[in-house]
Amino acid sequence: MSTIDIAVVDYGMGNLRSVSKALEHVAPTKNVVVTSRPDDVAKASRVVFPGQGAMPDCIKELDARGLRAAVLDAAQNKPFLGICIGLQMLFEHSEEGDAAGLGFFKGSVKRFVTENMVDAQGEKLKVPHMGWNQVYQHRSPDANAHPLWHGIEDGARFYYVHSYYVQPEDEGIIEGFTNYPERFTCAVAKDNLFAVQFHPEKSAHAGLQLLSNFVSWTPK
Amino acid sequence: MGLAKRIIPCLDVTNGRVVKGVNFLELRDAGDPVEIARRYDEQGADELTFLDITASSDNRGLILHIIEEVASQVFIPLTVGGGVREVEDVRRLLNAGADKVSINTTAVLNPKVVQDATAKFGSQCIVVAIDAKKVDNQPFEWEVFTHGGRKPTGLDAVKWAEYMVSLGAGELLITSMDRDGTKIGFNNPLNKAISNAVEVPIIASGGVGNLQHLVDGVKEGGADAVLAASIFHYGEYTVKQAKEYMAQHGIEVRL
Repeated sequence: MSTIDIAVVDYGMGNLRSVSKALEHVAPTKNVVVTSRPDDVAKASRVVFPGQGAMPDCIKELDARGLRAAVLDAAQNKPFLGICIGLQMLFEHSEEGDAAGLGFFKGSVKRFVTENMVDAQGEKLKVPHMGWNQVYQHRSPDANAHPLWHGIEDGARFYYVHSYYVQPEDEGIIEGFTNYPERFTCAVAKDNLFAVQFHPEKSAHAGLQLLSNFVSWTPK
Repeated sequence: MGLAKRIIPCLDVTNGRVVKGVNFLELRDAGDPVEIARRYDEQGADELTFLDITASSDNRGLILHIIEEVASQVFIPLTVGGGVREVEDVRRLLNAGADKVSINTTAVLNPKVVQDATAKFGSQCIVVAIDAKKVDNQPFEWEVFTHGGRKPTGLDAVKWAEYMVSLGAGELLITSMDRDGTKIGFNNPLNKAISNAVEVPIIASGGVGNLQHLVDGVKEGGADAVLAASIFHYGEYTVKQAKEYMAQHGIEVRL
């Protein structure tokens, strides 16, 4: 039986090809497997947890494939990267469909308020928040940046497409934020886990750098 | 600083080659799609749009191979449109590596496809393309056309845009049919009317002849993204030059 270096969790929601292609690009010697089998997630060295579409459907499909326990176990125990809805699902609750999440982190998922949302020039801001926005790396003055930000400029632009954002209860897990127009959390981390709202697989050089950092990451 | 306005080069593809027509008619060969996609990515394109304008169904499969190849080399969002008739077409394109699929004529003939596709794959990957033209024989200003701009529909473009968003469209691509290929600039009043009417981002398309047109598209037309083909294909401007010009004129871009 071949080993799995990186498992991309597939629960039937949307297209995971972009994620796996980008991982193969930054890690050509690694065995990247897109899988919906809990066993594969359990035996993989690293796990990527992507997501598209509506969070309630994602949770439902995840459970339909019996993946919840394997995903939570991976989030606790091995290098784990959540992307987009894969970040949102880690929280307790989402306003989208008033749905329960996996509850790995305390906090909730909120929708951008669209009424009167304008930028500094007074121009109307659209929802979904779609396109390239700046990611500010969160760190205290004496601390080093998280290893997944290695080689990425503070304020680098990443590609986003989402209408909901996470609001963690524990501010200690926040690793990055973006303004639209208010500041929202776009990256969280805890031990072996890192999760982002933007799409590194679609964010050109900065995104590939982050994926490459993840592939070589040895959490302390 | 916040969200950047996007510049999207558009590649019209037929029988595996990139071409560009003037007013949807005369086509000129502009090269290999994969090579062109890579060049635009290197220049800093924010996304790429591929429109499959292949007439014969025999060669439709070619676009899937092109998308597969581009998607394994270029890591920015890819939108593919042209000839999407059913939800299964959307699935095939997404599986080949497209991030978004644009639906045009089919949205008019069968709006349920838009609804079903967004329910199945999410609003984020469904773009509704609206081809509109200024008319004087209707109680509204801009009418939706289909079949590459040949057939009038009797639909008000602004109302149609609102309806498509209500069905789940995550983004709208607005092409002004009387501008396309003319190089006289976007139809900014049309774009502004639609941008004001909907919550989702709009992409302005049709008529770009110089870099000031891109600036006007954002400032006067309220576009969240601007799409252009010929000014990039024939090397008149690089994407980087376009972005630098926009930045000089106070527009936030990804440089």
